[in-house]
Amino acid sequence: MKMRKVATIGAAALAMCLLGSTAMAEDVTLEFQQWWGVELPDGALQEICDGFTADTGIKIDLLSNPYADTKTQIAAGAAAGTMADVVGLDGSWVYDFAKQGSIANLTELMDASGYDASQLSDQIKVDGNTYMIPVVNFAYPLYVNTDILAEAGVEEIPTTWTEFFDALEKIKTNTDAMGFAVPLSSEAPNGIQNQVSTWLWASGGAWLEDGKPNMVGNEKAEKVVDFIKDLATNGYISDGAAAMKEQDMVNEFENGRLAFMVDGISHLTTIKNESPDLNFDYAPMPVMDDYDGQRGMDVANWGIGIAENCENKEAAIQFVEYLMSPEVNAKLAQLANAFPGNSKAEPDYSANDPLFLKAFDIFQTGYAINEFTGAPTSEDLMRSFNEQLVLYIDGDTETAADMLAATQEQWEAAFN
Amino acid sequence: MNTKRRKDVFRKKATPYLYLSPTIILMFILLVIPIIMVIRYSLFDNVIINKNPQFVGFANYAAVLKDKTFWIAVKNTLYFVIVSIIAHLIIGMVFALVLNTRYLNSRTKGIFRVLYALPWMFTASVIAILWRMMLDPNGILNYLIVTMGISEKNIAFLAKRDIALQAVTLINIWSGYPFYMISILAGLQGISTDLYEAASIDGATTIKTFLHITIPQLKPILISLLMLDFVWTLQQFALIWMTTGGGPVNATETVSTYIYKQGFTKYQYSMASTGAVILLIVCTIIGIFYVRQQRSEG
Repeated sequence: MKMRKVATIGAAALAMCLLGSTAMAEDVTLEFQQWWGVELPDGALQEICDGFTADTGIKIDLLSNPYADTKTQIAAGAAAGTMADVVGLDGSWVYDFAKQGSIANLTELMDASGYDASQLSDQIKVDGNTYMIPVVNFAYPLYVNTDILAEAGVEEIPTTWTEFFDALEKIKTNTDAMGFAVPLSSEAPNGIQNQVSTWLWASGGAWLEDGKPNMVGNEKAEKVVDFIKDLATNGYISDGAAAMKEQDMVNEFENGRLAFMVDGISHLTTIKNESPDLNFDYAPMPVMDDYDGQRGMDVANWGIGIAENCENKEAAIQFVEYLMSPEVNAKLAQLANAFPGNSKAEPDYSANDPLFLKAFDIFQTGYAINEFTGAPTSEDLMRSFNEQLVLYIDGDTETAADMLAATQEQWEAAFN
Repeated sequence: MNTKRRKDVFRKKATPYLYLSPTIILMFILLVIPIIMVIRYSLFDNVIINKNPQFVGFANYAAVLKDKTFWIAVKNTLYFVIVSIIAHLIIGMVFALVLNTRYLNSRTKGIFRVLYALPWMFTASVIAILWRMMLDPNGILNYLIVTMGISEKNIAFLAKRDIALQAVTLINIWSGYPFYMISILAGLQGISTDLYEAASIDGATTIKTFLHITIPQLKPILISLLMLDFVWTLQQFALIWMTTGGGPVNATETVSTYIYKQGFTKYQYSMASTGAVILLIVCTIIGIFYVRQQRSEG
């Protein structure tokens, strides 16, 4: 009798616990802070998150803001320990947040949940552990305004630096347009990554060697710096480069005042919508005249991470795994005009613009590279490079070697 | 009886504090605690990044004061602040005098009041976008400059190291003068017309009337305006960040952009806190003068 009573109480307690835990699972709400929602079609990200809620009962509270605002809010949250549970990350922030201990070690969380990480096309690691997973990747090909080229008398899209200079000279002589743009604003120094470094990476070069700055005596790096200076001194690049932001460059291109630009394919839809009459094409980056190796292509990504202060890490990694599942990842990639982060995802690009497919082909002929992803104080590295480059273009620094040596000195402080 | 009286006295004395307590608690949480935290951060080695920060005394202050970029920022800030507040005062005064004149009818004055006050209505981001477009090498200002033959080539106002600071200061002057204009106009309307009539009877010229009646009558307002503007302009961040980001190189770097970069791109929160404490000390000194001036007026 006594035993039955104990068993009944035990069963009731167990049932209550189970009910309680079910109720708790249903009550779990994860905050997901990112800038993707702003850049995807209206409601698309919410729909994807609703799919997760329908599968698991875990609610997702989307905090979508433009990229710059998201960055500031995440950095402030990291400092105060109030970061949203799941955060959209740029590869350039990862090292600092990981060192700060504000984002969780995803290797441990994936191991604990038994996730097969081999399907991920890339993982951004710090000290051997994954802290960010690229959800989708954006390539940075060369945008070409074909109308300006035709007006200038340039028949073929240039494939080498010499051909590129010839084309720029014809554009300068025969049209009112500018040839190229290098946004070097101090506020957002990512022009160094996307519009300067891309020339080096395309010709097989690199700023780093074994993860450390390697600019002193780096012949290819010197050539690239001189190349950018020559563009400026010959009047081939848009005026006001030192205050120009990437968006200004895109505006110039959209308005038909710029012949070439290097930009992410994420802007394809916007450009098509805002300038439907603009005739443009994608092309691989022109390379150094004597280079015949594979071209490196600059990629940026929408990465994802989990806050260390997240109280429901199990639910959070479940959400990350959902976004990285082949079907959902394929859908995200298709919507974002991007390449999937899951190697098994097969996005249906049939509804995408044919230009996107061309960019995909270009991407597949080379290899993806971005040395700033996962680098320490990445934005500051770009900013110090930016400042030294402006000093060199303005003539304050005598040679490219001096400019690179000064940059290396500043970079080493961050890497040590 | 004595106990009851004591209770009454205590209640009487405590009541005002009870009414004040919500405000005091809020100010303590939102003002005092963050200030104490920032001061504390400035005395440790890299807080937040470093899980176990060590007390380093005034080492961060020594590092900031030895940093060349900080002194460039101080120099730029002083230029930005001093030129801005002088220009604000002059433009605000001129426009206020124009709007206070008896030669314009009230309708015209009303229209111009709205027009002149417009820059004050815009947020920093709107002002930054507007002026970036106007000062762009392909913008309206360059179009006028080239069309009128003032310059043969477009001028990249925000991209040239030798003129970027002046350009940013100009934007700040444009955005800030209406505050002076409105405040001075209110002051002008409070000056008794008897004084001007007496001066007129005594044969005072317009300039003498302005110097010996208008200015002394406006003095309390002007001092308050200058002090408040000094503190506000010293802390100006959004406008500079959104127009130049402190560049090119560090041509428009001010103390506020220096602090932001230390914190949010270098992740040196102790250094950022140190810069913020230095700025706080300067603002506090001005604040003390402001309070004293207000008390003496009272």
